[in-house]
Amino acid sequence: MVLPLSEASLLSREQEHGRAMSRRNFVRICSLAAAAVGLPARAVAQMVDAIAAGKKPSVIWLSFQECTGCTETLLRPTAPALADLLLDLISLDYHEALMAPSGHLAEEARIRAMEEHAGRFILVTEGATPTKDGGIYCKIGGRTALSILTEAADMAGAIIAIGSCASFGGVPAAEPNPTGAKGTPQVLVGKPVVTIPGCPPNPYNFLGTVLQYATFGTLPELDSLGRPKFAYGRTIHEHCPRRAHFDAGRFAEKYGDEGHRSGWCLYELGCKGPQTYANCATQHFGEVVGAWPIGIGHPCFGCTEQSLAFRLPVHETIEIEEPTSPNAFPPIAAPQGTVSPWATGLAGLAVGGVAGAAYVASKKLEVVGTLSGEEPEALDESEES
Amino acid sequence: MLKSVAVAGATALVKASPVQAREKKTAPSNAVGMLYDTTRCIGCRACVAACKEANGDPADTRTPGMEAYDAPPDLNDCTRTIVKQFNDGDQQSFVKMQCMHCVDPACAAACMLGALQKREFGVVTWEPDLCIGCRYCQVACPFNVPKFEWESATPRIVKCEMCSDRLAEGKEPACCEACPREAVIFGERAELLRIAHQRIKQHPDRYVPKVYGERELGGTQVLVLSHVSFDKIGLMHEDEESVPHLQQTIQHGIYKGFVAPAALYAVLGGVMVRNRLVNRTNGNGDSPADVMEATKKEARA
Amino acid sequence: MNASATPAGGKLWTGPYKLLAVMAGIAAVLLIWRFAAGLGATTAMNDGYPFGLWIAFDVVTGTALACGGYAVAILVYVLNKGRYHPLVRPAILTSALGYTIGGLSVLIDVGRPWLIYRVPIYFWRWNLDSALLEVALCITAYIFVLWIELSPALLERWTKSERPKLARFTSITHDFLEKTLIWVIALGLLLPTMHQSSLGSVMMLAGTKLHLLWHTASLPLLFLLGAVTMGYGVVVMESALASSAFKREPDTRMLSSLYSVAVGVTWIFVSIRILDLIARGRLGLMLTFDLYGTLFWLEIGLLMIPVVMYHAQPSMRSNLGFMFRAAFFMVAAGALYRFNTYLVAFNPGENWSYFPAVPEILVTLGLIAAEIMAYVYIVKRFPILGGRTAVAAAA
Repeated sequence: MVLPLSEASLLSREQEHGRAMSRRNFVRICSLAAAAVGLPARAVAQMVDAIAAGKKPSVIWLSFQECTGCTETLLRPTAPALADLLLDLISLDYHEALMAPSGHLAEEARIRAMEEHAGRFILVTEGATPTKDGGIYCKIGGRTALSILTEAADMAGAIIAIGSCASFGGVPAAEPNPTGAKGTPQVLVGKPVVTIPGCPPNPYNFLGTVLQYATFGTLPELDSLGRPKFAYGRTIHEHCPRRAHFDAGRFAEKYGDEGHRSGWCLYELGCKGPQTYANCATQHFGEVVGAWPIGIGHPCFGCTEQSLAFRLPVHETIEIEEPTSPNAFPPIAAPQGTVSPWATGLAGLAVGGVAGAAYVASKKLEVVGTLSGEEPEALDESEES
Repeated sequence: MLKSVAVAGATALVKASPVQAREKKTAPSNAVGMLYDTTRCIGCRACVAACKEANGDPADTRTPGMEAYDAPPDLNDCTRTIVKQFNDGDQQSFVKMQCMHCVDPACAAACMLGALQKREFGVVTWEPDLCIGCRYCQVACPFNVPKFEWESATPRIVKCEMCSDRLAEGKEPACCEACPREAVIFGERAELLRIAHQRIKQHPDRYVPKVYGERELGGTQVLVLSHVSFDKIGLMHEDEESVPHLQQTIQHGIYKGFVAPAALYAVLGGVMVRNRLVNRTNGNGDSPADVMEATKKEARA
Repeated sequence: MNASATPAGGKLWTGPYKLLAVMAGIAAVLLIWRFAAGLGATTAMNDGYPFGLWIAFDVVTGTALACGGYAVAILVYVLNKGRYHPLVRPAILTSALGYTIGGLSVLIDVGRPWLIYRVPIYFWRWNLDSALLEVALCITAYIFVLWIELSPALLERWTKSERPKLARFTSITHDFLEKTLIWVIALGLLLPTMHQSSLGSVMMLAGTKLHLLWHTASLPLLFLLGAVTMGYGVVVMESALASSAFKREPDTRMLSSLYSVAVGVTWIFVSIRILDLIARGRLGLMLTFDLYGTLFWLEIGLLMIPVVMYHAQPSMRSNLGFMFRAAFFMVAAGALYRFNTYLVAFNPGENWSYFPAVPEILVTLGLIAAEIMAYVYIVKRFPILGGRTAVAAAA
């Protein structure tokens, strides 16, 4: 989409004119959200119509062992109106941080919404669920998170786990995991759960998924861990803007050294990019270009991967799982083959030994002929064949 | 004396008979090939990646200091095609190397049970069930193409087989399909030769005026066009006689129809029978031992 | 019937014998590792040098060293020179053992030995273009032929046994063999002619990778002649050593006569080698003293030493030690020629290097040790060696 003016300047103009947004901007922002998830252009029209018709999907947002960072990520765009707009695209019927009511009223609102939209509402989980000792380590309104989750999951139309903690346990599940914290899919075994890992994930990963479901009733293509492929289909390494430095062998060795200041590859500093499936390299955060870990000079720590995040030390180097060619070519005739000095010595000894033994034997044999009484004699010509 | 002459004569006949030079082999009528043009290659190595994927070959992380990369120094047991670079300061060229699928392959002439053989479309492929791992093919190949899995207890010979499985399905070799600049293309050998010559004609200043593989070593089904001289990019063979030609002429000359060995055997047997008769006639015993005794007796006498 | 051949007797497990056993034992252990871990772990062979020490020495040179039986059989059975007959049995024994070890070395060297049975059996798959197939089939057949040729000597141990059934069985088999042996011996003359020359043909396929001083259409002929000279050389060395070690009277006249035959063949070899180079127009290479030129002249030099010795000191021609030295040079020259053809003069590209690894060398040494052990055992326990003992001679 070709934009005549920057989005920020347009939106700020809108703010000047009040909260009412022009249709053009509304459509444009829907396009951005749709583009993030790879929906075709016609989806935008459908999305716009659906919202105009007042059909907004109900979203029940459960918060358990979390830092609320995943909520914050949704509210962190540079354009404040965006957040409002997106909250207009969905009907956020329960969210402990954002909703108006609290206490028993909030819980009643949740149950009402769940019953009204049973089988259709989107259940979003943020944070891990403790399971040890019956799950008493997180309770809301006197009930354990575990029981709230299982009850809601039975009634939900779609389940989305946002953030690493909800996806696989995240920070609360780090060793020694005293509360038995688990991710939503590990609690709801057998139920299909879309996971949007990240710490926090890029808001567009979540929004794109929700918008597709809201518009078409379908979920984007998921990988084996339930992560939408449009966001988690490739590793950071594959899309990293510093990849050319990796291929050329230019690495920052220490923070602040010349390589680091030159923006070289952070692999030697422990970047987990090669094993981390996420789209941070292409979809930066806060809609600020370069606002992502590697962009500001810190190695990726693999926040979307259960095997890496909160498990491996940040600065520990990892294996490259799918090595590719370096930025160098072998010559026409590269030297190959080794010569062992030990072997050379042994061979020399063997050959020398044989030659020496043969010489010694020959000297002894010179005398053998004479010992038996026969003189070394001239060859009789007549006996020649 | 006579028998020495007889045997020597038989042997000489065997070795020096006017042998008909072996017929020169030609490419099969449906010969397919690849045309690689160095002037179009940008060294992106999409071909290498596609080849590894199509054949299920792993990355080679064994090069010291390059363990994070797929950086083989040459074709090897997990690398069936490779892009090398020639650069002497004056000239630069990328060079894609793989099996040349010769018209008269030395490897096929070497292989005892025909594990390596020219099969469908003239593509040289390797059959695991017929290979004992003797590595004679590696000795024979003038381009050092067949590679061996030295680190395995059940080693295979590994080389480009022009994706013969894909060819059977009507597809192109993976490298040709992957190349973004059609630097390497697939087609019938005759057609590729025509295209190659046309390119030289249209841009005589761009190419060395030779299509490598048209006649070299009896012809190869992989053809190369280059902007630097071929010896600089590892294609140094200029002789038009195929590698097996001399050996085959000699071997087939000697062993044709197994006539010479059978004749020699008959002569040898005949000579030995005659010797036995002579010894009996001389009053000596049959066996050479008796002959020996007789000779000694004579000497003492 | 070789009435004068008797077992050498004596203690088997002498000090040196035990040392040989240790070397063979080391090789056995290394071979387990070779089959478990693959060739790359135990040898230094690589894609540039796929033929290494085990082929160049154990198979190619080793079988030539085992051509004593062949070389002597030509004299005794074709040229009817009965006087050399006492040499036949020990020569055949060395040949049988040498070829068996050579065959074993092939089994050790090939990468996929579990399929090797297919080479002799899958005749419908035989690639008749392959010189190596010819070598493989001939060597396989020849190993059988050699043991059959040797079997009368082995059976004689039991023909006069105290156990009547054993004596009867071995006698009948022995007599049958003696009658039919002539056709087996003929095969034993044909097969080495075929495969020793084909060993030369094999390297013709190396094309430009084999240096022009060695790459020639005469390779089969040169390899055959080389095998013959090495055969004679080994017979002389072995007879001399065996006489000395097992206290037998050496027949120096016979050996001296053999020496002169070998000198004749050596003249032919050297002539062909040099004439061939001239005919191919490669005289210049002979006069270039790089590594290859130097090696060429080393080969010729080593070959000419026994010839010069023969002509320069005729009075020493029947001295055992003198002959032994001459024979050693003959054998060394032949071995060097084969080594050069298969390994040193083979150049796959300047960027490739190869030198046998320590386990590779130890396996070769261990195999040789095992062969010597088998030779000594058979000579001591079976009627192989002829000649009167020194004691009997003095009496």
